[in-house]
Amino acid sequence: MALPILSIVTFLPLVGAVAILLGVRRDNAAAARHVAFATSVVTFLASLPLATRFDRTRAAMQFVEKQAWIPSLGVDYHVGIDGISLLLILLTTLLSMLALLSTWTAVTRHVKEFMIAMLVLETSMIGVFIALDFFLFYLFWEAMLVPMYLLIGVWGGERRVYAAVKFFLYTLAGSVLMLVAILVLYVAAGHTFDIQTITHLVPTYAPAMQGWIFAALFVAFAVKVPMFPFHTWLPDAHTEAPTAGSVILAGVLLKMGTYGFLRFAIPMCPAALPRFLPMIMVLSGIAIVYGALMALAQKDLKKLVAYSSVSHMGYITLGLFALNQQAMEGGILQMINHGISTGALFLLVGILYERRHTRLISEFGGLTRVMPIYAVFFSIFTMSSIGLPGLNGFVGEFLTLVGVFHSPFRMFAVVGAFGIILGAGYMLWMFQRVMFNKLDNPKNFALVDMNVREFVVLAPLVVLAVWIGVYPDPFLAILHPTVNHLIAQAPVSVASIGVLP
Amino acid sequence: MTTTVWILVLPLLAFLVNGLFSTFYPRPWSHRIATAAVLAALALSLGMVAGLLTHPGSTPFLYGDLYTWIGAGTFAVTVGVQVDPLTAMMLVVVTGISSAVHVYSTGYMANDPGYRRFFTFLSLFTFSMLLLVLANNFLLLYVGWELVGVCSYYLIGFWYEKRSAADAGKKAFVVNRVGDFGFGLGVFLIWVTFGTLDYHQVFARAGEVAGQNIALLGMEVPTLTLICLLLFVGAMGKSAQFPLHVWLPDAMEGPTPVSALIHAATMVTAGVYMVARCAALFDLAPVAADTVAVVGGFTALFAASIGLVQNDIKRVLAYSTVSQLGYMFLAAGLGAYGVAAFHLMTHAFFKGLLFLCSGAVIHSVEHGFHAAGVHADPQDMRNMGGLRTQMPVTYRTFVVGALAIAGIPPLAGFCSKDLILERAFAHGDRLGLVLWGGGALAALMTAFYMFRLIFMTFHGRARYPAEAAPKIHESPVSMTRPLVVLALFSCVAGLVGWPELLGGPSVVHLGGGILPFLSPAFGHGQAGHAHELAAAVAWALMGLSVAVGVVGIAIAFALYVVRPEAAVALGRRFPMVHGVLLNKYFVDELYDLCLVRSIKRLADLLHRGFDVFVIDGIVNGTAILLRDLGALLRPLQTGRVNNYATAMVTGVVVLAVVALATWL
Repeated sequence: MALPILSIVTFLPLVGAVAILLGVRRDNAAAARHVAFATSVVTFLASLPLATRFDRTRAAMQFVEKQAWIPSLGVDYHVGIDGISLLLILLTTLLSMLALLSTWTAVTRHVKEFMIAMLVLETSMIGVFIALDFFLFYLFWEAMLVPMYLLIGVWGGERRVYAAVKFFLYTLAGSVLMLVAILVLYVAAGHTFDIQTITHLVPTYAPAMQGWIFAALFVAFAVKVPMFPFHTWLPDAHTEAPTAGSVILAGVLLKMGTYGFLRFAIPMCPAALPRFLPMIMVLSGIAIVYGALMALAQKDLKKLVAYSSVSHMGYITLGLFALNQQAMEGGILQMINHGISTGALFLLVGILYERRHTRLISEFGGLTRVMPIYAVFFSIFTMSSIGLPGLNGFVGEFLTLVGVFHSPFRMFAVVGAFGIILGAGYMLWMFQRVMFNKLDNPKNFALVDMNVREFVVLAPLVVLAVWIGVYPDPFLAILHPTVNHLIAQAPVSVASIGVLP
Repeated sequence: MTTTVWILVLPLLAFLVNGLFSTFYPRPWSHRIATAAVLAALALSLGMVAGLLTHPGSTPFLYGDLYTWIGAGTFAVTVGVQVDPLTAMMLVVVTGISSAVHVYSTGYMANDPGYRRFFTFLSLFTFSMLLLVLANNFLLLYVGWELVGVCSYYLIGFWYEKRSAADAGKKAFVVNRVGDFGFGLGVFLIWVTFGTLDYHQVFARAGEVAGQNIALLGMEVPTLTLICLLLFVGAMGKSAQFPLHVWLPDAMEGPTPVSALIHAATMVTAGVYMVARCAALFDLAPVAADTVAVVGGFTALFAASIGLVQNDIKRVLAYSTVSQLGYMFLAAGLGAYGVAAFHLMTHAFFKGLLFLCSGAVIHSVEHGFHAAGVHADPQDMRNMGGLRTQMPVTYRTFVVGALAIAGIPPLAGFCSKDLILERAFAHGDRLGLVLWGGGALAALMTAFYMFRLIFMTFHGRARYPAEAAPKIHESPVSMTRPLVVLALFSCVAGLVGWPELLGGPSVVHLGGGILPFLSPAFGHGQAGHAHELAAAVAWALMGLSVAVGVVGIAIAFALYVVRPEAAVALGRRFPMVHGVLLNKYFVDELYDLCLVRSIKRLADLLHRGFDVFVIDGIVNGTAILLRDLGALLRPLQTGRVNNYATAMVTGVVVLAVVALATWL
């Protein structure tokens, strides 16, 4: 039997967590850091063969492992990945590793517990992306909540408890709806949790039932994305979370929502989809413009980046639900790009916060003079975020919008293109207020530029941003068959769409 | 193919080497590397043109794809290049001016702490601009288009600690993004219509699409017209046409070599290049083409009128650039793409020269003021005067540039501007006549404001404190040499388009000249839809256009040399007109009030009033309601999340099971 690579990648972090739990003394922060980082490096390296051995010509699930788990309930340990999950797993292992390295000096309280939480989080995130059994999926999905809740609630800022509770309850409320949908599907499918089986069965159900299932799944995932108007937990969670938490939250956790759309909501309910599409497109369009306007109004760097995420995620949902090859591949690539760029932006804000213990934009200004290397990185990711050609953001954004323009929802491409103007506005205004103008705050006079560790954290993200910007083919090639297959599963004709805007 | 790639790769390599390693080697190496790269690119570009001249009629001269850049389903875009006569001309203009600016900058930026950064961005800019003109499809053009924009952003804001510079950079980027909004949609529409973004396929099939319409806001619009108009919105942003012209004058915050290279000679002409490149589309979209001509003509006049009263030496030149770009669009809109490209080329030489001269003036004056401890604006011409004795080379080259732009024969501007006006007149309809009149009036203004600038700067008595006078002197050779070279080109560049009336380019042994050379790039006979003019009419037109230039210079001479007090009195006499012109028709104020402030206020209002109050209010309200309900129903409230969570999960699961039980 072949090596169960998927399980190894998934549970390596958990093994590391257990090792820290049992083998590291509470006061030995250095050991906890080293073991955790080493674990994340090994996990990342272990995830690379997934990419090299992945068959780019097939749409079917690969690296499949299936084992009966709780036979009495029809629960299997059934895992496997397609192109979408492959890219998201690689993003997860990379960002987890970089996030851990970024906490080296930033986290000083309860280091051991912090590292355990990060590693448990990593296992549960990867688990979500590999699960092909609804029970397993839900298990990983809920398991993510706890470490994230702790990361915000224990290592967060001043209003951490409020933010953590809000995050927890909000996402839980969404998950509960998903649980209801899962149970209904379980019963209706004759007591199986197998996602592929269920995905084939649901299209045969009555349109009304498909509608309810879609609605429940949609809300669950929309909260996670977050789509307007379910987004208000995000700025609070981001502001209060420690840097590493924000990176993971923005980089990976938000993608759980869009992943859910792709894996369940879109392929399962072809009868319900057309009726929901206009609403989803409108909400996405609102998110793009509204998120950008909100970002424009922010005084706190992290809140600004958080609201920019709302806007960026709007492009992603717009692309996914345009249901054609260009828009969907663009949307999925944009999921990765957002993880890279926004993850990097949170890391950059974290670097400032660690030095100045404030994130207020008005506290900064003219930092380029004292932090020239930092300025280079900051400007690269600012440009990546506003979609400069040659960097990653452009490829995803362009594919998304050209696809949406080609879909029945042409006007939303216009909305999206308009959002790009606002995007340049809020990002460049922020960049100017932080990096340009006069260095006039005495507290910033002696700011130290990035050190080697911080350089090492950010450099891989620059490489990726340029790589995807200049030669995105290896990434898109992974997606082609998967997306083709998805579109075949969601045959939506123009005529069947409810209301054309 | 390989040569073309090297033209691109050399500046890119210079950018990478300087960008990554310039802190590790001595300062002069950053300009050596950058300059060597651009000079090599210039040599290769000249080779391209020579190749085209010896193998005429082969279009495209070179065409090839390097690799597939973005592919998804039926969408495929390559990274590929093409060289036709238009591209070849642009290559020479870009690398030529860029080389001059590189050399000049070694003197101009010599004492700047950002020396290495400056040359790094010059290389990146040169690469991006070359990519823009070499691209063989719309998306790659867009890449170059955005990259030159971002270089412009960083170079305008080069002295980032100056608030106004940082503001200007941001403004340039955002205004350009407004244009790109249109450009982007145009590209989407091209792809949806043609199924490809490749120039050749799109242009070859333009005829098939000519009859098609598209629904837009309930109306049926010809698809090609809409495509062309959207593309032109992009051109208006990049080439600073009304009403998107507002960023260019502010862009003068950047170092002057940048203003010469990016904001006069090359980047701002990208819009003209793009329209000329899309000749095949605009030819089939007369409404769009007329719009281009009208916007161009209006901008030429509008910007020239503002230039009449500005006192900042660089701002005069900036409005002059906006105005001259208007001329180019005027020509392109009338179908005279070759003439537009010809003016683009001559303008690049004399406007590049004028900017570099102004830079030399500013550099010296600033230095003099600084050395003498005088606090005065070194760019304000009211603080200058009589500089011709201290800066003879700069003065003479400046005058050459001014004569060229004023359209005095036989200099470069005469040949190209005269052709534009002639083509407008020859267009044969009312639109052509109106544009001709506007263009002639703008030419009068151009001659006036240029010589107003010359007289205020170099003539009369010095209007700065006497102690600064001995400290102001001619610039170093590294700066004057490029001036002399560009002045030379400003004299002779027009010969390639020497007027047919005077014998045509063959008189000076240049064969057919530039227009037949370029015409294969536009896919049709060069003449467009021009009528032949009678010789007498043509002579009259040429005489008039020269006269207009002479009169403009004469008025400037009368007002600023003969009776300097008369100019001031004139301003006082018509305070309204003067105020409106001085304040640039208040367009900036209007935008600030209606757009910038309104959007920021809307954002604030939405954030505080809606996001925090309404949406989050509902979220928190629900939570409080549930908690209080819980408190009423069960005194077991602990305030712990786990309890809430357990309760919620249990509740919903019970409900679901009940629902299922009843349903199944």
